[in-house]
Amino acid sequence: MEAKLVVSSSPHLRAPETVQSVMIDVLVALFPAALAGVIFFGWRGLLTMVLGMLSAMVAEAIVLKKKNIFGDGSAAVTGLLLAMTLPPAPPWWLVVIGGVVAILIGKQVFGGIGNNIFNPALVARAILMASWAGHMTTWLRPLDLATAATPLATGVEGTSFINLFVGAVPGSLGETSAFALLLGAAWLFYKGHIDWRIPGGYLGTVFLMGTFFDGSGSLMQMISMGLFHMLAGGVMLGALFMATDMVTSPVTARGRLIFGIGCGFINMLIRLFGAYPEGTTFAILLMNAVTPLLDNLTLPRKFGEVAKQQ
Amino acid sequence: MSLSFKTFRGGVHPGHFKSATEKKPVAPARPPALVIIPMGQHIGAPCEPVVAVGDEVKKGQKVGDTQAFVSAPVHASVSGKVVKIAPCNHPLGRPVKAVYIESDGQDMWHEDVRPNPDWEKAGPDELKKIIRSAGIVGMGGATFPTHVKLSPPPGTKIDYVLVNGAECEPYLTSDHRAMLERPADMITGLRIIMKTVGAPKGCIGVEDNKPDAVQALKNAAAGYSDIEVHALHTKYPQGAEKQLIKVFTGREVPSGGLPSAVGCVVQNVGTCIAVADAVCFGKPLIERIVTITGSGINEPRNMLVRVGTPMEEVIEQCGGFKPNVRKVILGGPMMGLAQPTVENFPVIKGTSGILCLTNLEVELYDIRPCIKCAKCVDVCPVSIMPLFIGSAVEQGLYDRAESSNAMDCIECGCCTYVCPAKRPLVQWIRMSKADIAAKRAKK
Repeated sequence: MEAKLVVSSSPHLRAPETVQSVMIDVLVALFPAALAGVIFFGWRGLLTMVLGMLSAMVAEAIVLKKKNIFGDGSAAVTGLLLAMTLPPAPPWWLVVIGGVVAILIGKQVFGGIGNNIFNPALVARAILMASWAGHMTTWLRPLDLATAATPLATGVEGTSFINLFVGAVPGSLGETSAFALLLGAAWLFYKGHIDWRIPGGYLGTVFLMGTFFDGSGSLMQMISMGLFHMLAGGVMLGALFMATDMVTSPVTARGRLIFGIGCGFINMLIRLFGAYPEGTTFAILLMNAVTPLLDNLTLPRKFGEVAKQQ
Repeated sequence: MSLSFKTFRGGVHPGHFKSATEKKPVAPARPPALVIIPMGQHIGAPCEPVVAVGDEVKKGQKVGDTQAFVSAPVHASVSGKVVKIAPCNHPLGRPVKAVYIESDGQDMWHEDVRPNPDWEKAGPDELKKIIRSAGIVGMGGATFPTHVKLSPPPGTKIDYVLVNGAECEPYLTSDHRAMLERPADMITGLRIIMKTVGAPKGCIGVEDNKPDAVQALKNAAAGYSDIEVHALHTKYPQGAEKQLIKVFTGREVPSGGLPSAVGCVVQNVGTCIAVADAVCFGKPLIERIVTITGSGINEPRNMLVRVGTPMEEVIEQCGGFKPNVRKVILGGPMMGLAQPTVENFPVIKGTSGILCLTNLEVELYDIRPCIKCAKCVDVCPVSIMPLFIGSAVEQGLYDRAESSNAMDCIECGCCTYVCPAKRPLVQWIRMSKADIAAKRAKK
């Protein structure tokens, strides 16, 4: 018996959380928005999400030479997130290429989980956008699935805020329902996987810039423009699920806040002054690039540091 | 008065696991037939034996001492005969020279051990001398010699003596029982320490999951206006020295500095009682309360154990190990030291607990890549970046670990506790600290 005593370094107690359980929490949090996508855009929406997850998971399993394709769950999260940023009914091969590109170019070339600089789903989306712009901008109206333009293209007039909030508007598969996205994000808040700083900084900046740089007329009209910018397009999905990606966002508290504000700022610059109607993808990718810098510039004051200088 | 609302940054909330022993009064262990008295039971210079094989010794007689300042003498915990001087196992992993004493069953006290009814007349220097000669060390587990802690640099004014009754380590209940069963002696010990360092104020902090101990201490301290008892928020590591000072006084011990730099001295519950025993009754530190617990032991208990009692004997008095025991930890589960064996292994002054875990709880984890979730950053009580230091050490970059403030780590283990990638962060930080300290010593 004695020979079998285990000697290991303290602490001898560990929290039950694992990388896999964190990833499952994210999948659970994405479920309401995915369900909304299926309700609004039908079986083609479901197919897109299943294909996105499967292609990412299979690509990762092949690269890592593992038989268990779910693994730590991170590929499933990447695949689902990518699918949710695509139009509701893209060609099947576009989704598969996206899933494979996300894992290979977005993640594994950097050394796999934890080492990628950019959000893998957004890397894939940017590449698809540059390669098949037509397929990537074919939007459908919910329920009757007729071709339609997104609220960001049509403008605030004629857009119902109720529809915008529940998600009954044309747009990417998983981005339209602010309500479902907020519901899912509440789960991540509850589990402690995200804090308020990135979503708060992001959405707050979008709201303020929308109000003051795009709004006009009475104060109420200006505020409704700010709200419109928060609810329309990919901002909600980006602020709650893409910018908060642990691997590619800062680890310091102040860094996270600056990161969120930066995402919102660039996103609004592109929307207001850029050639694209939407800028979530590029805003977050650009801020991903400065994440290591933000971390270094915002290191917290260590315990006892000021006292030493006195 | 409660300080529950006041707390420090970071920390974690592991399960308490205290219910197995918290209601069990301290039971005296059977006097051992043989005791093993290691010469090094403290931080600092080890002692040299002052007895020889064949000598007759009595209980409380000094058997090892040294001239070094940072050290504490060791004493016989039974009366009997010195049968051998040989190395024994030690919690830090390196065998230590020890005096083996066979008991004569008489349990006779040495003639120097006698009550000192006039202790209130003693001055600080005399008190320090008594505390040193009684071999008292910090009994929370760090075992720093108490008389050294009570000798701040000249010119330092001590405003507070803080007593750590937090017992924030899960499983352990030895301090809890001591506070319940000997509150008056603890207050006496605190008063002696306050007098020794000239502190006008004494504060006792107890986590608010032990309301009975808070009440017992409040009753015992009722007559002393200069002593306060506070309930503290239950959070690990509430009992960490610098965190406790921050909670009570709002002062931050400077990086690399000692509590005396901000006018504080922190002592453990058990240390206060040992000081009272030494100063009032002349008793050196030859026994301590040990919590023997965990699902790997048949009858978890709190026991009053003679220093030097072979651990196997203590375990046997608790019904023995369960067949599936896989890990034996000296101290608590967050900072305690896992041991490869309990043979030829005595209970020493710093043994606050013997925690026995079974194969159901002992897991070996695959180390996964860091996903930068920053949970370690959020829980770190000293606001360093465990993930960066860990990655640096993983790559052998000790210089980078140093510039990332590895030396400020208090080794509480919160980062490793929360890490979802199961990275042994505090182990890596400890490795870098050893490397950095060795490099600094060379310079």
